[in-house]
Amino acid sequence: MNALTSRRPETLHTSYAQSVSIFPTRGAKIGMALLAVVVVVLPFTLTDFWLAVINFAAIASIGAIGLNLLTGFTGQVSLGHAFFIGLGAYTAGYLGGNHGLPFVVWLPAAGILGGIVGLIVGPFALRLKGLYLAIVTLGLVFLGEHLFLNLRDVTGGPQGRSIPAPEVGGISFNAIGTFSRDQSFYLLAIPMLVLMALIAKNIVRSRTGRAFQAIRDREIAASIIGVNLFRYKVAAFVISSAYAAIGGAMLGSYLRFAAPSQFDLFLSIQYVAMIIIGGIGTVFGAILGAFFIALVPRLVEEFSDRLPFVATTATAEGITVFELNQIIFGALIIVFLVAEPYGCAGLWRRAKSYFKTWPFSY
Amino acid sequence: MTEFLQFVYQGVVLGAVYALIALGFVIVYKSSEVINFAHGELVLLGGSFVFLWRNQIGLPFAVALLLAIVIMAGVGLGIERVVLRRMVGRPVFAIVMITLGLAIVIRQIVTSVWGFADRHIDDPFGATVYDVGALSVTAASIWTLVATGLVLLGFFIFFRSSKSGVAMRAAAFDQEAALSLGISVRRMTAISWAIAGATATVAGVFIATFPKSLSPTVGFVALRAFPAAILGGLDSPGGAVIGGLAIGLIEVLTQAYQPSWLGNSFHVVAPYAVMVVVLMIRPYGLFGTREVERV
Repeated sequence: MNALTSRRPETLHTSYAQSVSIFPTRGAKIGMALLAVVVVVLPFTLTDFWLAVINFAAIASIGAIGLNLLTGFTGQVSLGHAFFIGLGAYTAGYLGGNHGLPFVVWLPAAGILGGIVGLIVGPFALRLKGLYLAIVTLGLVFLGEHLFLNLRDVTGGPQGRSIPAPEVGGISFNAIGTFSRDQSFYLLAIPMLVLMALIAKNIVRSRTGRAFQAIRDREIAASIIGVNLFRYKVAAFVISSAYAAIGGAMLGSYLRFAAPSQFDLFLSIQYVAMIIIGGIGTVFGAILGAFFIALVPRLVEEFSDRLPFVATTATAEGITVFELNQIIFGALIIVFLVAEPYGCAGLWRRAKSYFKTWPFSY
Repeated sequence: MTEFLQFVYQGVVLGAVYALIALGFVIVYKSSEVINFAHGELVLLGGSFVFLWRNQIGLPFAVALLLAIVIMAGVGLGIERVVLRRMVGRPVFAIVMITLGLAIVIRQIVTSVWGFADRHIDDPFGATVYDVGALSVTAASIWTLVATGLVLLGFFIFFRSSKSGVAMRAAAFDQEAALSLGISVRRMTAISWAIAGATATVAGVFIATFPKSLSPTVGFVALRAFPAAILGGLDSPGGAVIGGLAIGLIEVLTQAYQPSWLGNSFHVVAPYAVMVVVLMIRPYGLFGTREVERV
């Protein structure tokens, strides 16, 4: 398989330690510090509407990072992410709701169960390469939806089930003091995202991560230099499934609800779209993509009344906001793939090198 | 026994339509190694065009069908020319996603023009039911068998004997060798997309005949022909027909006899279950060519 990405080194590294460090340049460190300040200020300045967008985006980021580890770093295409997200949500509901276990138990449990199911499915799925892997994981989504619909004791069937709110030591992240629901959840979602992103970043820069990238760039070459293809592919699948399940558990406990129709093929496509739009093969790209995908529908809703061809009432002529959103979503995937295969992260890199080399940019 | 035969007949009719749809997947894959996940939506769009010309404009059915076929061949050509030609040499993953993106766009265009309601194409097949022996056979199902049979036969004659068909096979077999013999591989890819669009239209009509109708879910129903293409082997047109019939039979028989422990409406996902099992045993389908990787 061809390389999914071929990255040019942007900065000159003078030591290995520098090359694998999390924030390789002073610019990156300053940028992160600024971002941290913004993140702290946001919940006190934004309205609940925008905080909800950020919460959804932060939750989606966790799943997207997981998918990027599998697809972006290891080069294995999966359309089965929605199944693992659903698995996480139902685990949260079953353990937290039916058995009354606390958040600190059911969240890791969701991740572990996701990993175990990934370990069971992975070896079968990963016998296949490229397109065939995408196909078999597509089958997984449909079979998963069928399971969710029929395991009524756990999932509540087609009507869905409720999922408890996250609660740690008497503090419910649904209502902390005088904070609104979205403000409270923000205090959980952002630290979780930072934690999961740091774990991913550390996986990527370790021996395991380099093995993943070797497999992505050329399988045969990787196996010749001693990478155990099977073991590392399954490892990537397990990690990615665990991430998806944790993201799913978070999603469920934020919505307080999960129904089988949420975890369909379209959700899988959304996650793949996130990593395409954000940037294949970077942790930060996955986060960017998740925010992008969460933000666009809200923006369209906000500004749709200014567009003449959009119907704002049920009876009016024109396409609905939902349809417009879907069309924009599909078009975004196509445009990014045709015009900017490295996504937002690639756009950013290009802009940076343009200004760095100015006035000799080309 | 009669009941069983009745189900087998229904399975074969459904399978014939699946075969036609699966053929669309296979033609495109064979010529350009693209799995077109938007093919289900092409079926939906094709059926909708027939609906437009027949029901909304009021043309005779045959004229409406022909017009729709021509337009859909054009749509196929357009998709190839505008989107997929730019993707040559890109990773498979990008191509899979681009067709999924296309699927979303086409489905939303169809729903925004024609809405979500069930639409009945005003076809001449009617709702007549004949008694053949102990079986009851609808007129629509006979038409389905005859028409899909004719289209499939026409395709195989074209593919085996006509000059373009032979050129298409050559281009699919070895692009460089075909180019050196003066075959325009680009043109062959374009033709295969046009054929996919045209066959999708015919499938779109017959997937929505009595007692079924045309609605946006047709896209998902058509996607169930995808396991058929996999079952037969993605690069084998003959395999697509056999796979289509097999999946049609499996779906109808599962629907009829599904045990309760499999859960409600297992028949909807049965094709996918079969597909997963087949891929585990024969990773390249029943009649597909094995990929060999050279170091």
